[in-house]
Amino acid sequence: MNIMSNKMINILVPVISIILGLLVGAVVMLISGYDPVAGYTALWNGIFGDSYVIGETIRQISPYILAGLAVAFAFRTGLFNIGVEGQLIVGWFAAAYVGMAFELPKIIHLPLALIAAAVAGALWGLIPGILKAKLHVHEVIVTIMMNYIAFHVVNALIKTISGGGFKLDRIQPTASLRSDFLSNLTDFSTLHYGIFVALAMVVVMWFILEKTKSGFELKSVGFNQNASQYAGMSVNKNIVMAMVISGAFAGLGGAMEALGTFGTISLMGGFTGIGFDGIAVALLGANTPLGVVFGATLFGSLKYGANNMPNAAGIPIEIVSIIIALVIFFVACGYIIRIGLVRLRKNKKEAK
Amino acid sequence: MLDILYFIIPITIASAAPLIFTAIGGVFSERSGVINIGLEGLMIMGAFIGILFNLFFADVLGAWTPWVSLLVAMLVSALFATLHAVASISFRADQVVSGVAINMLGLAIALFSVKMIFGKGQTDFIQQKIPRFNIPYLEDIPIIGPMFFKLVYGSSIIAIAVAFIAWFVIYKTPFGLRLRSVGEHPMAADTMGIKVTKIRYIAVIISGGLAGIGGAVYSQTITNDFGHATINGQGFMALAAMIFGKWHPIGAMGAALFFGFAQALAISSSSIKFLADIPSVYFHIFPYVLTILALAGFLGKANAPKAIGKPYIKGNR
Repeated sequence: MNIMSNKMINILVPVISIILGLLVGAVVMLISGYDPVAGYTALWNGIFGDSYVIGETIRQISPYILAGLAVAFAFRTGLFNIGVEGQLIVGWFAAAYVGMAFELPKIIHLPLALIAAAVAGALWGLIPGILKAKLHVHEVIVTIMMNYIAFHVVNALIKTISGGGFKLDRIQPTASLRSDFLSNLTDFSTLHYGIFVALAMVVVMWFILEKTKSGFELKSVGFNQNASQYAGMSVNKNIVMAMVISGAFAGLGGAMEALGTFGTISLMGGFTGIGFDGIAVALLGANTPLGVVFGATLFGSLKYGANNMPNAAGIPIEIVSIIIALVIFFVACGYIIRIGLVRLRKNKKEAK
Repeated sequence: MLDILYFIIPITIASAAPLIFTAIGGVFSERSGVINIGLEGLMIMGAFIGILFNLFFADVLGAWTPWVSLLVAMLVSALFATLHAVASISFRADQVVSGVAINMLGLAIALFSVKMIFGKGQTDFIQQKIPRFNIPYLEDIPIIGPMFFKLVYGSSIIAIAVAFIAWFVIYKTPFGLRLRSVGEHPMAADTMGIKVTKIRYIAVIISGGLAGIGGAVYSQTITNDFGHATINGQGFMALAAMIFGKWHPIGAMGAALFFGFAQALAISSSSIKFLADIPSVYFHIFPYVLTILALAGFLGKANAPKAIGKPYIKGNR
């Protein structure tokens, strides 16, 4: 007679967090003198209004999926990879550079650019991985520092390579993910093949975690390092591997922007934010591949839809960042929501 | 050579002051066992509130404006930090996740408000800046005087005072002993009758207040307005200074000064003859690389407080 099972609660916590986030967002709009109904209508139209914005929304979701996968994959091995942002930036740069600098047939060039992005991200994840495994340095701080190093180094590289300019030359068409077919389908949006790369990586993550021996080891290290060690697994090796794979996902996320959306990389004034939003995506998706797709769909849609809010309702787009931050906050406070739900369940039982 | 030092040392001290405040805030929070990645967001909030208050009250308060702005920024950021405290202490949230949320929320709220109030991406420039002082007697010392004691921002003097006060509070008072014990072994502290939750709340709120001052000092000495890139990593650099200073207030101050020096070099390297050939990127990444090396133990082992990051649950071992 267990109406609300634990599984149910696990799904309810993120759902309640989203609702709370949207509610508080509405309150913020009210207090600031904006009309929340108009705001959310504008948001809705910014996401689903016509085929063009739907195309753009899906385009926005692709890097979110990959950033989310990166955070989630590391989480499953018990590692908190805040460095997705930096890994994504180096991936973006690597893809843009390879896309620009070489002239190759498409069948080689595009995969090469993607691989370059993945390798760059993986290398950026390798450093904190090794430091964690060999010297027990906490990965959170190292990855934060690596973000800033990536940011400054990539900006410097862009300047040097472009000879003092503010962006690299455009990538060759042979390295592009752009698709006339998808673009025409969605009223000439910038939707590109990246979404398929992202979804393929979702399957890859699922496959690694659920169907391979290494995946089993990775998860097992995430559950209990001592037990895994005792069972004969190399904890160190798994930590490094988790960070490398996580970084590779993040790097591919950067490739989406380099080869699909922008076709280049420009000097950055600040972080892209995609990597940090990836934390939200992974949390909301409970660190499962399928959950990440949902999380990325939600946050990617919110982020793109927000662009419509200043024009249609006169509300600053930052309201959506506020909502996203609130959702993370509420998911983090899942403990208290859980307790509330369990109480509710008990009361119902007693009422019977 | 001396010219260079005359030029660089004042910039060093000016860029270090906000880091000192914020890093010491971090020391309070982390010494009590609560990770505070949210320093960046708290600083952003402080920077924004400082500028906002300054702009609106400059006519009324005159020369006192920047100082009152600091206080208001402190209060607002302390209040903002309470969110982090509630989440990570009472609601047992993952402290890193909650900190990330604070960072995103701080930036989002500040930018949202800026667009709402000013109708553009950044605020106007403030007229009442934090004043600079010559320190009497000390400024007359040959060589060192003009380097360190001429035209110092008032806030820099306070920053250094705060570092010593923090050292005194943490190491020489009963409250400090409780703070440290709660961060090392909360169960033992609880057994001795120390209110773990209360101490941690106080520590996180102090850290918010100090980070708020840090942000407001930054915005009222260096940028003089507020926009999306006003605080761009200073909070994390303060976090780095705290770690590099081994969770000790004086150490954190030293590290902050050192990072300030690196920033000053990055800003001015192109105008210094023998540094002009070194790309400024090396100076930009220097503090971060150094922190990683410090953590890796190449610069002496840095040990975090033992109970850091773990919510204290009564009755759990």
